[in-house]
Amino acid sequence: MLLEISELKKTFRAPDGSIHTVIDVPKFSLEEKAQVALRGESGSGKTTLLNLIAGILKPDSGEISISGHKISTLNEPQRDRLRAESIGYIFQTFNLLQGYTALENVLLGMSFGPGVDHEFALALLKRVGLSEKLKHYPRQLSTGQQQRVAVARALANRPKLVLADEPTGNLDYQNSRESLKLIREGCRENGAALLLVSHDREVLAEFETVFDLEKLNRVAEKLEFKL
Amino acid sequence: MNIWRIVFKSLRQHLLSTLVTACSIALAGGLLISVWVVKSQAQKTFTQINGGFDAVLGARSSQLQLVLNSIFHMEASPGNIEWQDFLDIKADPNVALAVPISVGDNYRGYRLVGTTPEMFTNNEYASGKTYHVENGGSFFQPGYQEAVVGSFAAQQLKIKLGDEFHPYHGLTFNEKEQHAETYTVVGILKPSNTPADRVIWIPLEGLQNMSGHTEKASTEVSAVLVKFKSPIAGKLLQMKYNQQGNRLTLAWPIGTIMAQLLDKVSWFDRVLALVAYLVAVVAAASILASIYNSMNERRREIAILRALGAKRRLIFFSVVLEAMSISALGMCIAFAIYFVVLSVVAQIIRAQTGVVLDPFAFHPVMIFAPLGIIALSALAGIVPAFKAYLTDVAANLVPNS
Repeated sequence: MLLEISELKKTFRAPDGSIHTVIDVPKFSLEEKAQVALRGESGSGKTTLLNLIAGILKPDSGEISISGHKISTLNEPQRDRLRAESIGYIFQTFNLLQGYTALENVLLGMSFGPGVDHEFALALLKRVGLSEKLKHYPRQLSTGQQQRVAVARALANRPKLVLADEPTGNLDYQNSRESLKLIREGCRENGAALLLVSHDREVLAEFETVFDLEKLNRVAEKLEFKL
Repeated sequence: MNIWRIVFKSLRQHLLSTLVTACSIALAGGLLISVWVVKSQAQKTFTQINGGFDAVLGARSSQLQLVLNSIFHMEASPGNIEWQDFLDIKADPNVALAVPISVGDNYRGYRLVGTTPEMFTNNEYASGKTYHVENGGSFFQPGYQEAVVGSFAAQQLKIKLGDEFHPYHGLTFNEKEQHAETYTVVGILKPSNTPADRVIWIPLEGLQNMSGHTEKASTEVSAVLVKFKSPIAGKLLQMKYNQQGNRLTLAWPIGTIMAQLLDKVSWFDRVLALVAYLVAVVAAASILASIYNSMNERRREIAILRALGAKRRLIFFSVVLEAMSISALGMCIAFAIYFVVLSVVAQIIRAQTGVVLDPFAFHPVMIFAPLGIIALSALAGIVPAFKAYLTDVAANLVPNS
């Protein structure tokens, strides 16, 4: 099993000082190379869940295991390393670094992982149709092109798991379809499992396995404040 | 792609603040190096320059005035001494060389100094160095109205071999005070980087007997430059002239007298150094402020780097390195500022004293000042670096809208 979650809990303190449980997932797992979608509305804790899996956030309790590595037993630098080497992350807002070209954004991701592979970076950007835009900065790319750079960057370290947080949320219909196709094909070609969260029915309809985060997560309440 | 790349990208993204901050560092560094080098070179050159002599014998006055007037050709002469005084000290068994000089005239502001040919033929103005004239020229002959012009004076006056001129009376130029005598330039001194470069040398008797001078002047000299056979002679003659006599003054040792003068004005370089230190601290603080203030806009970028797997300590050190890089850039510009400042200062000092400072001469401060300022900047960078270190990744991955 690639990803296993058990009794995972995460709470946040609201601005008024009250404690809110955002994640309470008793069990969840993902096989290697699987492609699974999680349906989640705003405030359902989907980004928090992905950040917990990526090791960006530390759970209050419970366990997350990736390829047998229990995240709770890892210190922060070890979690950083695991994230750099084993996890690719695609964000709704792309999160490209504005001062870096398309190629540099991909290479930067590699530099924190197993190492820079210039040829592979070029191949990935060619795969997502950006071989002519290597030296373009994000501001010089369309939103669809920016998302494609983000896809290439997420696959740059040949991760075992790609997390995609509303990856089509900022794209129009056409770009949304193309981007989703690229993400799925890219993961498949590189042997990575995909865990995608979205509330877009058309996106979710593309997946054979779709989990409902609101059923998976025992937390009934929805948070109104921004975390 | 490494930490330097991240630092470079950040510097480029914040180019304006990088340049402005680097310029303030450059100002501090340039001032600091200039103050130290000018102080050090001035101390060294002014205490070493003695024209090749150990002492100056002149009229009763301060030793400093004698040295400034006779060695540096500055200030007014404290008065003349008898020709016999020159003959007496010349005959002293402790004296290896005694050369008389007379002053009192100028040519367009450049001082005429009357002396004997021994000044050029028997004298090393510095260890192993003697005066030479440029090709085609010669030293003057006693009794002739001939002049040898110092290199700086010749350059400023645009004088060349064979030119003729009329001296002017007094040490400051007044065109109504022209003497009738005509002097011919027979030699231009090769640069010696000493006060001799800004003087016009003529035969002693020429100055003594210049038209308009009193008759008494022909039996007097302004001072006698003295070289001893041994250091002990200085003590003996100092006792003879300064303590037992009351008519003459022996200024000795010349280097110590100049060192005392520099000590008296050392407060000035201490003030300058203090200003430079303060500017350095303010510049380091400006690095802190500029990076710290940019942290708000950088939080998302830092969060993205962390999400990609960058460790906290890499983020921390990239900010510290950024502060150090701004400082290093500033110090590169500082050397340009230093060269400009020192060239201007050297030009002024050369024009006023004939002493030449060398902007290219190495001084340890050229290593210590950049290292010190870069270290100070690294310290200043720790504050924003710590803020970057603490950046909440999850909270900053979403755009601030």
